[in-house]
Amino acid sequence: MNPFSSGTRLRDMIRAIRACKTAAEERAVVRKECASIRASISENDQDYMHRNLAKLMFIHMLGYPTHFGQMECLKLIASPGFPEKRIGYLGLMLLLDERQEVLMLVTNSIKQDLNHTNQYIVGLALCALGNICSAEMARDLAPEVERLLQFRDPNIRKKQAALCTIRIIKKVPDLAENFINAAAALLKEKHHGVLITGAQLCTDMCKVSTEAHEHFRKKCLDGVVKLLRDLANSPYAPEYDISGITDPLLHIRLLRLLYVLGQGDADASDTMNDVLAQVATKTETNKNAGNAILYECVATIMNIEDNGGLRVLAVNILGRFLSSRDNNIRYVALNMLMKAISLDSQAVQRHRATILECVKDPDASIRKRALELVYLLVNESNAKPLTKELVDYLEVSDPEFKGDLTAKICSIVEKFSPEKLWYIDQMVKVLSEAGNYVKDEVWHALIVVITNAPNLHGYTVRALYKAVQKSSEQETLVRVAVWCIGEYGEMLVGNAGMLDVEDPITVTEAEAVDLVETAIKCHTSDLTTQAICLVALLKLSSRYPSCAKRINDIVLHQKGSLVLELQQRAIEFNSIIGKHGKIRSALVERMPVLDEATYSGRRAGSVPAVVSTSLGTQPKMSNGVAKPTSAPLVDLLDLSSDDVQTPSSSGGDFLHDLLGVDLSPASPVSGTNNKAPKNGTDALLDLLSVGAPTAQSSSSMLDMLSSEQDNKRSEGLLDNFASLSTSSAHSSSAVSSSSMMDLLDGFGTSSSVPVAETSGPSYPSVVAFESGSLKVTFNFSKEPGNPQTTTIEAQFVNKSPDIYSNFVFQAAVPKFLQLHLEPASGSTLPASGKGSITQKLKVSNSQHGKKSLVMRVRINYKAKDKDVLEDGQISNFPHGL
Amino acid sequence: MIHFVLLISRQGKVRLTKWYSPYSQKERTKVIRELSGMILTRAPKLCNFVEWRGYKVVYKRYASLYFCMCIDQDDNELEVLEIIHHFVEILDRYFGSVCELDLIFNFHKLPRAQAYYILDEILIAGELQESSKKTVARLIATQDSLVEAAKEQASSISNMIAQATK
Repeated sequence: MNPFSSGTRLRDMIRAIRACKTAAEERAVVRKECASIRASISENDQDYMHRNLAKLMFIHMLGYPTHFGQMECLKLIASPGFPEKRIGYLGLMLLLDERQEVLMLVTNSIKQDLNHTNQYIVGLALCALGNICSAEMARDLAPEVERLLQFRDPNIRKKQAALCTIRIIKKVPDLAENFINAAAALLKEKHHGVLITGAQLCTDMCKVSTEAHEHFRKKCLDGVVKLLRDLANSPYAPEYDISGITDPLLHIRLLRLLYVLGQGDADASDTMNDVLAQVATKTETNKNAGNAILYECVATIMNIEDNGGLRVLAVNILGRFLSSRDNNIRYVALNMLMKAISLDSQAVQRHRATILECVKDPDASIRKRALELVYLLVNESNAKPLTKELVDYLEVSDPEFKGDLTAKICSIVEKFSPEKLWYIDQMVKVLSEAGNYVKDEVWHALIVVITNAPNLHGYTVRALYKAVQKSSEQETLVRVAVWCIGEYGEMLVGNAGMLDVEDPITVTEAEAVDLVETAIKCHTSDLTTQAICLVALLKLSSRYPSCAKRINDIVLHQKGSLVLELQQRAIEFNSIIGKHGKIRSALVERMPVLDEATYSGRRAGSVPAVVSTSLGTQPKMSNGVAKPTSAPLVDLLDLSSDDVQTPSSSGGDFLHDLLGVDLSPASPVSGTNNKAPKNGTDALLDLLSVGAPTAQSSSSMLDMLSSEQDNKRSEGLLDNFASLSTSSAHSSSAVSSSSMMDLLDGFGTSSSVPVAETSGPSYPSVVAFESGSLKVTFNFSKEPGNPQTTTIEAQFVNKSPDIYSNFVFQAAVPKFLQLHLEPASGSTLPASGKGSITQKLKVSNSQHGKKSLVMRVRINYKAKDKDVLEDGQISNFPHGL
Repeated sequence: MIHFVLLISRQGKVRLTKWYSPYSQKERTKVIRELSGMILTRAPKLCNFVEWRGYKVVYKRYASLYFCMCIDQDDNELEVLEIIHHFVEILDRYFGSVCELDLIFNFHKLPRAQAYYILDEILIAGELQESSKKTVARLIATQDSLVEAAKEQASSISNMIAQATK
C-alpha cells in the first residue's frame, strides 16, 4: 500500500487544520491533504475511499475546491454495499448541485437504486433525487418515482417519493398531471409522514396545474376537512404530541392545502368554514406550536372566499397577537396585517396606535415590518398625526434605520400633503434631521413645490435659514436653503410675506452671505452644492448690492477651483458682477415657476436619468481630481436636472430663464425654437451672445463643451452640443479664460454658421390596431439629436355604442427595444368615437437603423360590465424609427 | 420551502450546511458570511426572524449553536421554529445532550455524518418529511445497524482469508 495515500486519519487532519495559526498554513495543510486524497483516488484505493470522502466533505465545508472528489462519489454510489452508497449519496448532495454536468452521470445509478430490493437503498436514492435533481433527471426518472408513490409496501418510501415528486413538478411542471391520482391517494393514508408529504404535494401541484387544482377540489376537499377535524379532536398521542397538540406540523400542512383549495371558490370555502372556526377558537395559544397553527389558520381565512364572521375572528386573533409580549408573535401579526389591510382596512386601522409603537421597537425586523404597515395605513385623514409621529421618531432612531424611515416619510408627505405649508414644514424637518438620507428627486420636488407657492417664499426661506443654523451638517438641507436664499434673498432679510404662525427673525445681508460662503467653502460640500452656491451668490450680488464686493471676492476665490466647471462659472460670474452692472439685475431675476405637472410627469416616467445618476458619484481621475461630468453643468442650468431630453424644458431653457434674457425675437436661431423642442445650444448661444447671436464665438464655446463632453456617456442635451459643434465650421481647441471673457464681451463679431436642423424628421401616422370595436392610431415624433428614441402618441377611439371603462393599454417589445409607457389621459372611453384617450409611449431602439420597431399590445376594458381583452401585434411602423 | 439549513457556532464557525436551492460555492460562502454577520450580532430576546434578500431567515439558538433556515416570504415562520426544534430534539436523543451539540458538530463524528443523515430523514427538497421523532430514530438506527453488519461481515471475511493464508 502506498504510504502517502493512506494519509492521516480524519480526526488528525481536523486537528492539524485547527492548529493552523494563519490562513496560509491552513491552505498548505489542505493542499497536502488534497494531494494525498488525489493520489489515493488515482490508485483506486478501495480501503480508504470512505475516509477520503469524509475528509473531502470537511475540506469542502471550509470552502476549498473539491471537484476532483465528485467522481469518487459516483464510484461509491455505483458500488453494491449500503455503507458505500450511503456515504456516496451524502457526498453527492454536499459536493454537487443541479447545475453541474457531472450529475447526468449519476442518473443511471439512481435509476437502478430506485428499483433496488433493499428499501433503504431506495430511500437513499429518493433522498438524493429530491434534493438535487435537475430538469433532465426529473424527466428521466419520473416513472420510477411515480411507481414508488403508489407502491403498497413499505409505507415509509411513499413520503420520500412524494417530496421527490414536489421537486420533479417544480422542475418540469408538465409532469404534474401524471401524478394527480397518486397524490390524491396519499391523503387517504393513516401514517402522518405520508399525510404531511401528501398534503404538501397536493398544495404544490395546485400551484402548477389547474387540472390538479380542480381534481383535488372536487375529490379531496371533504377528506381533508375530515382529516383536519379528526386531528383537532384527536386524543393525546405521545408520538406526535408537541406541547399538548397532536401533530401541529400536520395541522399546518392541511390548513395550507385548504388555503389553496378555498381560494376563489365560494362552495369550497363554505365546506371548510366550520372546521376553520373550530381550529381558530379551540387551539391553545400559550405555546409556539399553537400559535403557529393559529397563524396558518388566519392566513387561510384571509385567503378563502369571504365569510364575515370568520374574518372578524381572524382579525381579532391578529389583534391579540399584536399585543403579545412575544416578539415572534408580534412580528407575524404585523406580517399578516399587511395582507389583511386590503380586505378590511378599517379593522387594521383600529390597531394603528399599537403598530406605530412597533415602529419604535428595538428589534430591526419588527421595525421594518411595522414601518411598511404604517405606510399602507396612511390616508388623507390620518396623514398629519402619523407623519408627526414618524418625524418625531426620526430624531432618535438608529442611523441604519434612518434611510428606510426617511424614504417612507418623504413618500407619505408627498402623497398626502393637504397643503403646501405643511408639506414644506415636514420636509424642512426631515431635511434637518436626516437630510443626508433624502434622495435627489425628493429635494428636487421640494424646490418645484416651493417655486409654486409664491405666498410661502418668505416663510420658506426663513425656515430653511433657521434650520441650517441648527444642522449645517445635512448637505441636502444646505443645498435647498442656499438655492432659496439665492432666489428669495431679499425676503429673508426684509421679513417679507410674514405668516401669522411665524416668529420674526432679523437676518442681515451679511449673515445670509455668510451662510452661503460657509457652504461653498466647506470641505465636505460636493460639486452640486458648490455649483448651487455659486449661482446663489451671483443672484445675491444683485439682491444685496451692499455685499456685492464681498460676493465678488468669494466668487473670485472659486477661480482657483480644480473643477473646470466651477472655475469657468466663477470667471463668468465674476465678469457679470464686475463689468455688467447694468444688465445684472435683469440677468439674475428669479426663476420662473417650475411646472409641477411637467416635473411630476417626468418623475413618473422613470427615464434613466443620466444626469441625476452621475450626481452622486463623480468619477475620479487618476490625479485624484474630481472629474466634472455633465452633471454640474446641467445642474447649473436645470435644478431639477433629471431628464435633459424632455422637450419642454431642456437645461438650456432654464439657463435661458435663469439669466432672464429674452432673446427670441432678436435671435434667428432661438426664434425658431420657442415652440419646437428647445435644445441647450440655443440657450447657450443666447447666454453668451447676450443680445446678438455671434455664431463664431458660440461655436467655439460649443467646441469647448464638446471637447469636454466627448468622452463621456452623456446623452441628449450634451450630445446635441457635440453634434452641433461638429457641424459648425470652427474649432478651437485651446480654451483659455481670456477667450471666455471675449465671449461675454464679444458683442460685435458675427459670422453666420449653419446651425443644424433642430427639429427631427417627421413620420406619417399609422393605424396600429383596429378591431370591430376599437381603433388605435399612432403618431410619431423624434427628438432631434437622439434618433434612437421615438415618442409615440397613441390615440384610442371607441367604435362601439357602449362606453368603455377601466381602459388599460399594455405593450411589450423585444429585447433590443426599450419601452416606457406614460400614464394615459384617462381610463374611460366615450362611446361611438365621441372622444378619445391618448397615451404617450417612448421607445428606444438600440439597433436603430438595423431593425425596425415591433410591438405586441394588449388592451383591457370593461364594456357593458363585461371584461374585454383585445390583443395584437403591430409591425407596420414606418421605416427609420 | 426551505432553501437552505445552516448551523453556525457562536464564534461564526460553520457546523453544517445543507442547500436545497442551487447556490454556487462562491454564493454559499457569501451567504454564510452575510447571515452570520446579521444573526450572531442580534441581541437575545429579539424575534427569531431576519429579512434577507427578499427571503426570511428563521434562526434559533441552542446552547452555543445557531440553527438557521431560510424560507420564502409567505411561509409560516412559527412553523419553521417548530421544525428546528423537532430537528434539535432528534439530534438530542441520538447524541445525548443538547449542551454538547457544538462538540458533536466538531466533526469528530462526521465519518458517520450522522447529523446529515438525520436531517435527510426530516427534510427532503426543502419540505418536511416526518413529524414523528420515534420514526426518524428508528430509521436511523436501522440504517446504522446495516452499516455495522456490513463492517462485521467485511472483517470476518478478511479474518477468514487471513486464517486460510496462514
